[in-house]
Amino acid sequence: MAALEIPIGIAEYKVTREPNRLITLGLGSCVGVSIYDPFTRVGGLIHIMLPDSTLFENQTSKTGKFADTGIPFMIRDMLSYGVKINNLEAKMVGGAQMFDGVDHFKIGQRNIEKSDQILSRIGIKVIVRETGGNKGRTMILDTVTGQVTIRLLGNQIKII
Amino acid sequence: MDGIQLDALRETCNIGLGHASTALAVMTGRKIDIDVPRASFMPLDEAVHIGGEPEKEVSCINMPITGDIPGLVIFMFDAHSTFLLVDVLSGLPEGTTAELDEMSKSIIRETGNILAGSFISAIGDLTGLKMYTEVPELAFDMLGATLCSALINHNYTDDQLLLIETVIGELDKQIKGFFFFMTSPENLEKLFKALLF
Repeated sequence: MAALEIPIGIAEYKVTREPNRLITLGLGSCVGVSIYDPFTRVGGLIHIMLPDSTLFENQTSKTGKFADTGIPFMIRDMLSYGVKINNLEAKMVGGAQMFDGVDHFKIGQRNIEKSDQILSRIGIKVIVRETGGNKGRTMILDTVTGQVTIRLLGNQIKII
Repeated sequence: MDGIQLDALRETCNIGLGHASTALAVMTGRKIDIDVPRASFMPLDEAVHIGGEPEKEVSCINMPITGDIPGLVIFMFDAHSTFLLVDVLSGLPEGTTAELDEMSKSIIRETGNILAGSFISAIGDLTGLKMYTEVPELAFDMLGATLCSALINHNYTDDQLLLIETVIGELDKQIKGFFFFMTSPENLEKLFKALLF
């Protein structure tokens, strides 16, 4: 079967299995979390906008918008693919401060912290991360290998 | 929000942008045009795609607006336009600038400041409302990363955003930018009331 490259929009997540790739473009202060099971080769990728759904009154139809709800939603979907929680490993990318000047809300930092907190509560280890800084990042999860490719401006590539 | 209100909003922004494009024309000595602005509700994902591909290299300048109608003005220029603006505004031969140093960053920041300032002062003259620009913020990076972060930083995170947007630039599109204006529905009510009286 030919591998598909499945795009994930802002505030969305998707789950797929080998041999497909999941890609989300241009993470700034948003955080991308990939979760992967090396045994079943099932992977999920989420493009998180904001840390905490409890701070917002407005309803959202975007299941991947918040770290505190989106990560558990994605893991629930992965469980239906037959993965075991104990086998899952996470990688985290993004959470940059894109603009110069004073960053009052530190959204990038808070997205990282909340995602860490939620993952650790569920018992999933973040095995590698490329977070913070001030650069936009594209994130690609390859479900064949579990490798995450990070693409910066000018096609600079880093694999984690 | 009904069609008449959206029309009024579009027309108001059109007048504001007329002043902004005149300011840019005076600064650059070039003929600057604006397209008729569009005012609509759209999902954030779609808003981010207006300016082009999410990985396109752009400069994104945010100008928070305070006063009677708090909001956010964003100007976005592609890399080519950004470098050309720096060359033209610092009197360098076209093609000199190929990356942004501190000096060229401040030129771009100030360009955004002047454009946003003329936009809101025109609306202020029209309505009698008081509006002020805050310190501009600049990022030069991927379009998706900059625009999305700009909206989140300024708390425009609803699934549907009210957005006024247009293209501003030269007729031959050597310099081409995007303009966005965001505010809340409550603030728009205030703007409509001021337009009516």
